[in-house]
Amino acid sequence: MAFLKRSPWILHYDASSCNGCDIEVLACLTPLYDVERFGIINTGNPKHADILLITGGINAQNREVVENIYEQIPEPKVVVAVGACAATGGVFRECYNIVGGIDKVIPVDVYVPGCAARPEQIIDGVVTALSILEEKRAKMTGAARIKEDARHAEQAGEST
Amino acid sequence: MPERIIVPFGPQHPVLPEPIHVDLVLEDEKVVEAIPSIGYIHRGLEQLVQKREYTEYVYVAERICGICSFIHALCYSQGIEHIMGVEVPDRARYLRTIWSECSRLHSHLLWLGLFADSMGFENLFMRSWQLRESVLDVLEDTTGGRVIQGTCKVGGVRRDIGQEKLDEMHRALDPFEQNCRDLGDVFLNDDTVKYRLQGLGVITKDEAYDLGAAGPTARGSGVAMDHRETGYAAYGDLGFKPVVETAGDCYARCAVRVKEVYASIDLIRRAIEEMPGGPIDVKVKGTPDGEYFSRAEQPRGEVVHYLKGDGSKHLARARIRTPTLANIPPLVKMLPGAQLADVPVVVLSIDPCISCTER
Repeated sequence: MAFLKRSPWILHYDASSCNGCDIEVLACLTPLYDVERFGIINTGNPKHADILLITGGINAQNREVVENIYEQIPEPKVVVAVGACAATGGVFRECYNIVGGIDKVIPVDVYVPGCAARPEQIIDGVVTALSILEEKRAKMTGAARIKEDARHAEQAGEST
Repeated sequence: MPERIIVPFGPQHPVLPEPIHVDLVLEDEKVVEAIPSIGYIHRGLEQLVQKREYTEYVYVAERICGICSFIHALCYSQGIEHIMGVEVPDRARYLRTIWSECSRLHSHLLWLGLFADSMGFENLFMRSWQLRESVLDVLEDTTGGRVIQGTCKVGGVRRDIGQEKLDEMHRALDPFEQNCRDLGDVFLNDDTVKYRLQGLGVITKDEAYDLGAAGPTARGSGVAMDHRETGYAAYGDLGFKPVVETAGDCYARCAVRVKEVYASIDLIRRAIEEMPGGPIDVKVKGTPDGEYFSRAEQPRGEVVHYLKGDGSKHLARARIRTPTLANIPPLVKMLPGAQLADVPVVVLSIDPCISCTER
């Protein structure tokens, strides 16, 4: 599984943003920036994804959808909040329908600043997310190994 | 009669960058009814006029939608200028036109790419977005922002474009136009594209008119409505004829946008050639008192900003009607009869911009 970070799959979701960050996320995938050369692939299916790229300040109706998508992504997973709205609510923070920031709803690992965030910043955010993903994976592997060792020791104890 | 099933489409769907939910009622593979439900991006930013000063609200207006950002700011500024009786300098009007048309270019190229993606034509998607980057480079060079420009303000524009840069842009237009024509040639003449699009999602001229379709959706059905004809900004000086197709199917809507790309290039070229000198803004004093319906032509159709001031520095009310909202009833009319596999193509053919719709 150590090669996970060599080809992370990304799920992008627009949680009540203005579209500016979203088209910049898409621009990352196209010839000028072309993140596919790093093995990064945009997927539409949460169950295939490793990284959730999420934009916007989340409104009342989107809240449930975001929680649902987050739960469907298998562990280890990393959440990257793209843009000022995703960090704090941004220019819309005083709107009556804005929860204000992704971290009010789901845990966030990386914040990408900017209104709208530039493709270079988004790529930088994803690269930062990769090392966090690797840490999480190592932690999970470590925990699994301890569990496995304990089970072996138990079995060895039973057989003697 | 075959059994009816309901297939949910969205809010998180690979073909759409934005969340919209449509319940598709199917008989086998055929759509018989489409029930849209929206509200995933409603932020309630009309009410923000009561919390922001009228000059600051331009920034919020710009962020209604990241694709049509400049034209939202333009429409809002024109409304306030009309209420306050501010005369904008000629150079500012021309600069506004250039940036409006650059926005339209990048929006249409973006849409052409997404549309190609919805057809499964990946190569064309990448090619369109590659071309779009050269428009974004110009926008970034002249305004500082790629998608959110922040150059329009009440009373004019914030930045000037120097003569050297204008000459450079003018020189770059010819090779850019050639690239656009090569790209447009694939959309208009390629057999696979035609096979996929012709006769799909048809809406007649009368239906389009009755349902209040706007922009390329209306013009693809032969309704010659383009708000640029009324001559706001510098469109009156430059002269403009709307692009119209009559078939009313997805191919016609695509053709309208391809030809509008050519028209925009032509408008930018003429605006640069006829660019007047002088100041780029006037000082705005006082506060708005009165009301006005300000209208402008976005890439997706006509946008309406209703603004009402009560003499204080905060507006009393803003109401924004965006083109995609007007285009949802025609979409609901187009979908029945389409195959399930064609639904993404039909939905994208109205160029849905959900951020605009829900504000």
